[in-house]
Order: sequence, then C-alpha cells, then structure tokens
Amino acid sequence: MKKHIFAMAVVALAAGSAFAQANDTLAKIKSSGSITLGVRESSGLSYTLGNGKYVGFHTEMAERIISDLRKQLGLTALETKYQPVTSQNRIPLVTNGTVDLECGSTTNNATRQKDVAFAVTTYVEEVRIAVKANSGIQAIKDLNGKSVATTTGTTSVQTLRKNERAGGIDFKEVYGKDHADSFLLLETGRADAFVMDGSILAANISKSKNPADFKIVGEVLSVEPIACMLRKDDPAFKKAVDDSIKRQIADGSLAKLYDKWFLQPVPPTNTKIGLPLSDATKAAWANPNDKPMEDYAKK
Amino acid sequence: MSWDWQVFCQDTMDKEVVQGCFGKGGDITYLDWMLSAWGWTVSVSLSALVLALVLGSVIGTLRTLQGRPMVVRLGNAWVELFRNIPLLVQIFLWYHVVPTMFPAMQAVPGFVLVVLALGFFTSARIAEQVRSGIQALPRGQRYAGLAMGFTTFQTYRYVLLPMAFRIIIPPLTSETMNIFKNSSVAFAVSVAELTMFAMQAQEETSRGIEVYLAVTACYIVSAFAINRIMAFIEKRARVPGLIVAGGSGGH
Repeated sequence: MKKHIFAMAVVALAAGSAFAQANDTLAKIKSSGSITLGVRESSGLSYTLGNGKYVGFHTEMAERIISDLRKQLGLTALETKYQPVTSQNRIPLVTNGTVDLECGSTTNNATRQKDVAFAVTTYVEEVRIAVKANSGIQAIKDLNGKSVATTTGTTSVQTLRKNERAGGIDFKEVYGKDHADSFLLLETGRADAFVMDGSILAANISKSKNPADFKIVGEVLSVEPIACMLRKDDPAFKKAVDDSIKRQIADGSLAKLYDKWFLQPVPPTNTKIGLPLSDATKAAWANPNDKPMEDYAKK
Repeated sequence: MSWDWQVFCQDTMDKEVVQGCFGKGGDITYLDWMLSAWGWTVSVSLSALVLALVLGSVIGTLRTLQGRPMVVRLGNAWVELFRNIPLLVQIFLWYHVVPTMFPAMQAVPGFVLVVLALGFFTSARIAEQVRSGIQALPRGQRYAGLAMGFTTFQTYRYVLLPMAFRIIIPPLTSETMNIFKNSSVAFAVSVAELTMFAMQAQEETSRGIEVYLAVTACYIVSAFAINRIMAFIEKRARVPGLIVAGGSGGH
C-alpha cells in the first residue's frame, strides 16, 4: 500500500499537471490574459540583463509573436510573464504547462519532437572551431594530437565525438563547466581549440581581452536548427506562432532584428558580436519549416 | 512525460537501443558510460580520501604538540586556509591559477589536481576532528605516557592517538561520505565523473529525469557503502569501557 502511494507521488511529480492540461493554449491565453514565455539567462539568442529584464534576438522575436497573438485574439492587453528555463528543465516546463512558448536556444531534434512541438526554424546554428590566431590550426584535421575544449551539457560534445570517430583523428577532449570556462581553457592554453556553436564562440571572442588573438576557423562541423518550443498537439497555437514568424520573415523585420543583435553593439557591454547571417539561416528563412536536426544531417 | 529506462541501452553515437545494454566492439552505451563515470567518481573520492586521512591525521596531531608554538601555528594556518575557501573555488585555483604561476603544473592532469584540491580541503576538516579528539582526552593521559618514560612520539603512538581516533570515528564517517558527494565538483575541471555524465547524457537524450535518478542511486550506493565500512570499523575497533557515555572525558 505504502509502495503504491510512493509510486504515485513520483509519477505525479514527473508528469506535473500534464494530465489536467487542456491542449488549447490560445484559449488559455485568452481566458487568463497572460502568456508565459520561457527565456534563457545566458545564451546567445536570449539572455538577461538582470532585474528580471530579458533580451536577445529570440526574446525580442518572441515579444513580436506575442503581440501578433494579442491582435489575433482581439485582446487589448496581454501580459507576458518571463520564466527563465535551463537545459535541464525546459522540456518538462513546456509539457506540464508552466511555459506556453519557449524561445531560447533550443535545438529542434527528433528526440525532443516526441515530447514537444517546434515552431518554424528561425536560426540555424553552425558548430565551428575557435583557435588562437597564431596557432596555425585551419581545419579539424589539424587538431590531431591537440586538446580540444567544449562545454559539458551541450550537443557539441556529440559532434566532437562523431567527427573524431569519422575522421580518424585523435585529440584529447577537455570539458569546461560552462562556455566561459571552456573559453578560459583556450585562453590559458589548456586547450588548443574550442568547439562550440558559432554564435557562442563569436560572443566569447568579442568579450575577451584581445579579440584579435582569436579566430573562428575550419569547416562547419554540424548545423542545428534552433526554434521556439511549444506544447505538442496544439495545431491552432502552432499555426498562430508560425504565421507570426513567417510574417516577420516576409516583411524583413526578422532580418533587421538579426542585424540589431548580431552586427550592432549589444548590451550589457555594448560590444559587437559580429556574426554575419549564415547561408544556412538564410535558407531556413527562404523556406520556413520545422524539420529536426536529423533532416539537416542527411543532406 | 513517461518513463523511458531504455535510454540507458542506447548507443551514444547513433542512439540505437543495443541488445543486452552493453556496447560491443568499441561502441559505448549510456550504461557503459555511466559505469565508467561512476568509476571516475570512486577513484577521485578514494584517492582524495587517502590523501585527506594521511594529511589530516598528521596536521591534526601537530596542532596538539605542547611547547612547539610555531608548529601549532603552521597547522592552524593550514586548517584555516583550506576550510575558509569554497571547494569549487579551490578547484579553480588549482586548475587555472596555479598553472599560470608555475608553468610546470600545466602538464598535471585534471584528475591529480582534483585529488589534491579535494584531499587538501578535506584534510583541513579531518585535522580539526583529530585535534578535538586528542584534546577531548584528559591531560592525565599525556602525563601518564610521559611518566612511563615514553618519548612524545611514543605517547601519541601508544596512548593518545588510539583513544582519539576511536572517539572521532562518527564525524570521520560523515567526512568520508562527504568526499563522495563533494567529488561531484570534479566535473568543473574536465574529469568525466557522474555529475558530468548526468549533465551531458541528459542533454543528448532529453531524458533528464531518468538520468538524474540513476546518477543519484550511484551516489547513494557509494556513500552508503563507505558508511557501512566505517560502521564495521567502528564496531571492530570498539574497546569496552574506553568511551563511557555521559562524557566523563573519554576513557
């Protein structure tokens, strides 16, 4: 008997209020007059300035989606609640109804599509290699016998593992606890290269003491479609979000937003990230889709 | 979300569920990976424990020497240095700061640095326990030893330490268990232990709850195993009448 109660408590804890959740986010937003937006505290596309202020390319895009939703629902006011999420809790928070729309830096992949749905891809991340400018490393094959840093808890670790196996190259992997640590490994010479999402590399280099000492080199190791995440099986809400994104692509406002966050000085330090719009992102905008990462790899 | 324990049988490269849950021919499943990570956790913890016990006993003993104020002060300085700095900060000092000051340290692997950091941090705590154990003994014990004609070393070896160590077994048990739990900071400097496995595997599989539950179980099993070993030692080392309940001074 006691065992049953314990098991039920565990299941309830894991499932959250998923059972009680009616799968009609638009109705929920309309009746409550508020929407909960999942944001990241520190990632390339969404970050905090402190004091509950969240900014970034994806955050601002989401705010525009919410404003379109408000118009569509005919509401005069729609309150946006910002809910910071982490890599660990973002999927449970979406599935249990805490977060209605998550626009951070979530990769759309097949595993996640089993639990959640994704809006059309709005940014395509390219995994690249950052090295010291004077290191002479030009491509992944030059990493043979070198040590390569990447960050624990990222998909880049898998990318690295695959490239190592496929290319017959042998390098030592060192893992930073977060991106700042991984960059420190490169800076202090504990690692010869830092493999990570291009936007994160560019941002770390732009904030370093001497940005000219570092450069991003080599081939694109993997591409990852980044998209806003929402609950599964809610076609009306997904269509509303997708329509707003397609509108923003069509009228050029998304491109302007990209320019603002990646090519102009951005807060808090007012430095330029300086990462031009990639061909992969251009392609995703030209042909809006919600294909997972696995479909990109097949090409 | 529903449970998916099959995730541990997946291959780490292509995500196919492997028969028998263990990878063959160089392939690695998440279960293989977790067991290897557990091995790293246990290696880090046991190495640090040995270092901490040796250093902690020596320094704790030195701090009770009479008529050697300089030695006592050095011991006190050691304890205060290592117990006033957060463990994670100490790990970073060893990994990033020390090698910049002494380039020779660059070549030292992260594993050794973590063992040093965790061992030194814990040695300060064990030294404090050893000191309090020795000082809990009545002064008469020391004088009796010296009156027997023992040297200071012999007094410690035959009289003070055997009693002091028996008194401090319970706090030592906590400390040995703490080493296992504290070893989780090793992930910060690239040691592939359980916490790192948990963070990485949950990102790759999106099955965080299953992964964290399994890792939690590994930590509990390791810490509890140490707890049982210490309980066994406590039982075997017990001398009837040596430690009297009621606190009449431990003899």
